[in-house]
Amino acid sequence: MRASDLLHPRPEGLYCPPGDFFIDPVKPVDRALVTHGHSDHARPGHRSVLATRQTLDIMGLRLGPQFAGTTQAAVPGERIAIGEVSVSFHPAGHVLGSAQIAVEHKGTRIVASGDYKRQRDATCAPFEPVPCDVFITEATFGLPVFRHPPDTEEIARLLTSAAQFPERSHLVGAYALGKAQRVMRLLRDAGYDRPIHIHGALARLSEYYQSQGIDLGVLEPATVESGGKADFAGAIVIGPPSAFADRWARRFPDPISCFASGWMRIRQRAKQGGVELPLIISDHADWDELIATIRQTGAGEVWVTHGREEALVRWCELEGIAARPLHLVGYEDEGD
Amino acid sequence: MNRFAELLDRLVLTPSRNGKLTLLIDYFRAVEDPDRGLALAAITGDLSIASVKPAMLRMLITERMDPVLFGYSYDYVGDLAETVSLVWPLAPGTIPNRVPTLAEVVGRLQAASRSDGPQVLARLLDSAGISARFAIIKLVTGGLRIGVSARLAKQALAEFGQVDVAEIEELWHGLTPPYTELFAWLEGRAERPAKAAMALFRPVMLSNPVGDGDLEKLDPADYAAEWKWDGIRVQAICEGGIRRLYSRTGDDVSGAFPDLADAMTFSGAIDGELLVGDPREATGTFSDLQQRLNRKTVSPKIRQQYPAFMRCYDLLQAGEEDLRALPFRERRSRLEAFVGTLDPSRFDLSPLVGFSGWEELQRLRQAPPHPIIEGVMLKRWDSPYLAGRPKGPWFKWKRDPHTVDAVLMYAQRGHGKRSSFYSDYTFGVWSGPEGSEELVPVGKAYFGFTDEELKQIDKYVRDNTIERFGPVRSVRADRDNGLVLEVAFEGLNRSTRHKSGVAMRFPRISRLRWDKPTREADRIETLQALLDRRE
Repeated sequence: MRASDLLHPRPEGLYCPPGDFFIDPVKPVDRALVTHGHSDHARPGHRSVLATRQTLDIMGLRLGPQFAGTTQAAVPGERIAIGEVSVSFHPAGHVLGSAQIAVEHKGTRIVASGDYKRQRDATCAPFEPVPCDVFITEATFGLPVFRHPPDTEEIARLLTSAAQFPERSHLVGAYALGKAQRVMRLLRDAGYDRPIHIHGALARLSEYYQSQGIDLGVLEPATVESGGKADFAGAIVIGPPSAFADRWARRFPDPISCFASGWMRIRQRAKQGGVELPLIISDHADWDELIATIRQTGAGEVWVTHGREEALVRWCELEGIAARPLHLVGYEDEGD
Repeated sequence: MNRFAELLDRLVLTPSRNGKLTLLIDYFRAVEDPDRGLALAAITGDLSIASVKPAMLRMLITERMDPVLFGYSYDYVGDLAETVSLVWPLAPGTIPNRVPTLAEVVGRLQAASRSDGPQVLARLLDSAGISARFAIIKLVTGGLRIGVSARLAKQALAEFGQVDVAEIEELWHGLTPPYTELFAWLEGRAERPAKAAMALFRPVMLSNPVGDGDLEKLDPADYAAEWKWDGIRVQAICEGGIRRLYSRTGDDVSGAFPDLADAMTFSGAIDGELLVGDPREATGTFSDLQQRLNRKTVSPKIRQQYPAFMRCYDLLQAGEEDLRALPFRERRSRLEAFVGTLDPSRFDLSPLVGFSGWEELQRLRQAPPHPIIEGVMLKRWDSPYLAGRPKGPWFKWKRDPHTVDAVLMYAQRGHGKRSSFYSDYTFGVWSGPEGSEELVPVGKAYFGFTDEELKQIDKYVRDNTIERFGPVRSVRADRDNGLVLEVAFEGLNRSTRHKSGVAMRFPRISRLRWDKPTREADRIETLQALLDRRE
């Protein structure tokens, strides 16, 4: 059978006819397999959802307990039969609970990566390469210019700046699920033991991470009640990027705006966003990780989705790997 | 090299002056000689390295990677130096084990010949990480563009060594990279470097603005008055056969005004204003003067059309004699005699303005005889020439600013303290025929208002946004809706870059006109008339 008979794009999302299910559908469907809890991948209103336990928990936190008719938890590495198809979930290293989904039928195996990264991250299980015939890779940072430095170096820069400007506060913009907790954990691993102030939008998810055994240290709400302007001098405050343009940010003394994102690699992006201290910390694979992963899977064919498809397709052509862009709609860039 | 690269990365994104100073001072503290001195030279533009052309850079990279992938990358990033620094591939199996120091980078680049230059550059890029590669490429392509002037770098040195910036400026042109003796002095490890070179810059004397009630306390008989010319304050020095023309911050600008430099045949140091025209016939306007500014080379045609001359204010040195300690009265009479010996097409005397009382001077100030006069200067007859801005001996009394009523069109978020406020305002005036008027932007201002007013405008912007582009909001502004701002400015220039054809000098918000309907804001013709009057 042809691989495209096993999985192909439909307006609702990536569809598997022999199993009659969708992967990360953007519209309500009967049966959805969800790779991870980011809102563009995990939407409410499906009749049944199959995802990892942690992804289901996160969906419940973000979308409310009634987000789907029925749910089923997938244990990483275990095969589940859906119709004639066998599916299995494998860690993707993107955020807590994130998984790649392998779909196998009549000897053909396709792996849909969802979003993934290869840098070590203490807040989620590391990516596991799964040998396959077709690898569906994301391409958020699919250009040779995107090369993420080690995250420890970036956190060291943040701490250096905090020491250099002790009278100011550092406002770190970070996506509420995954990135924010990773930044907290990196700060702790770097020996930062002061309380970290957080925006209200981060509270529930951070608490969930802590309940899953990920130690984030003391987190305090960055509210005016908890302190006057002077109390935020020298503080590190983490919140969703949108909050920093908001009036919310006025409670902090002469803040230095920082943004944790892979986009911060490009100076002009940082400049346009008014970011003074860009932190190149990403939940997505950079160029070198993307091409190393494609090689590792041993896939003879690569489908490239959400992001900058053309460069990765070109690279595959030069390497003699069949490749084509897979046009899926409805997925967003990281943190924008 | 990595610390220098990190410094550049931080400086380019740090908008506040104090933030930049902190970064520079910490760098001078943390980094040793000669690296810090070379970094300083790179920032002040005093580091000479044979340049590499962009085409050469492109050739180096496309020898190393697929041109199609490079094309995608360059299209996305838009800046050649940055793109190359990001995509530069490391040769298989090579991991840079030691990043070269800035001194090693500069040394190798300076030693490179024309033919092996590209290969030397390639080897350096092979040995560095992304940020360091970017810094290296910036060094060889010239122009760091990090928003730090030589003046700010000198200010950082002054704060680093707890000395007056005037002392740094005075020494500067006698020193060369890597400035080891300068740092030794600033760290208290050595004596102040001797003034070895000739024709060094003398720190200039500046004035304070006349404040409310200042004049009542002063006796008019103690002061001389002269016109305040709106050109460029310069210092012309000839000493030991060396000629230098300095800006007021001590930058050597001789190269931009070779016609004036050629006429510097005296021995001494004159303080004055650089203007264009022929002083015996006519003085050019500020727009004329602008034809001579920010040019890399000066064509003979431009030189002929806009000849530079100097209107002399003061004499600091005559031959071997330093006159700076003498009273102004005495220096003035020495100056009059001195200027008389110079080429009259290139040097003239700034005339004194006779007056008997402050009211009379006030009238003269309001109606100056030439458009390029921006007010009057008051100088105590007995004042010595002192570096810096001492309070009392010299005052500037500027003409009142022009004002225009304009309509707020766009607002941009500020930085630092103001990052959550829409604090940078683009405003426009009406243009077009009656019945179909539209606003054309005429300027941008980000100060002049109080903190309380800032909050009010910010709220207004948020409540009246019609479109957003990143950090910029477009604000509702038509014949019936909008906020009128009274904008004060010092002058107008013609501009081909702006749709309105005018560019304001020092615009600031002088009043919020919540009361004024937008249809009563000014029209572009009001500004054009002001331009015509000046020319």
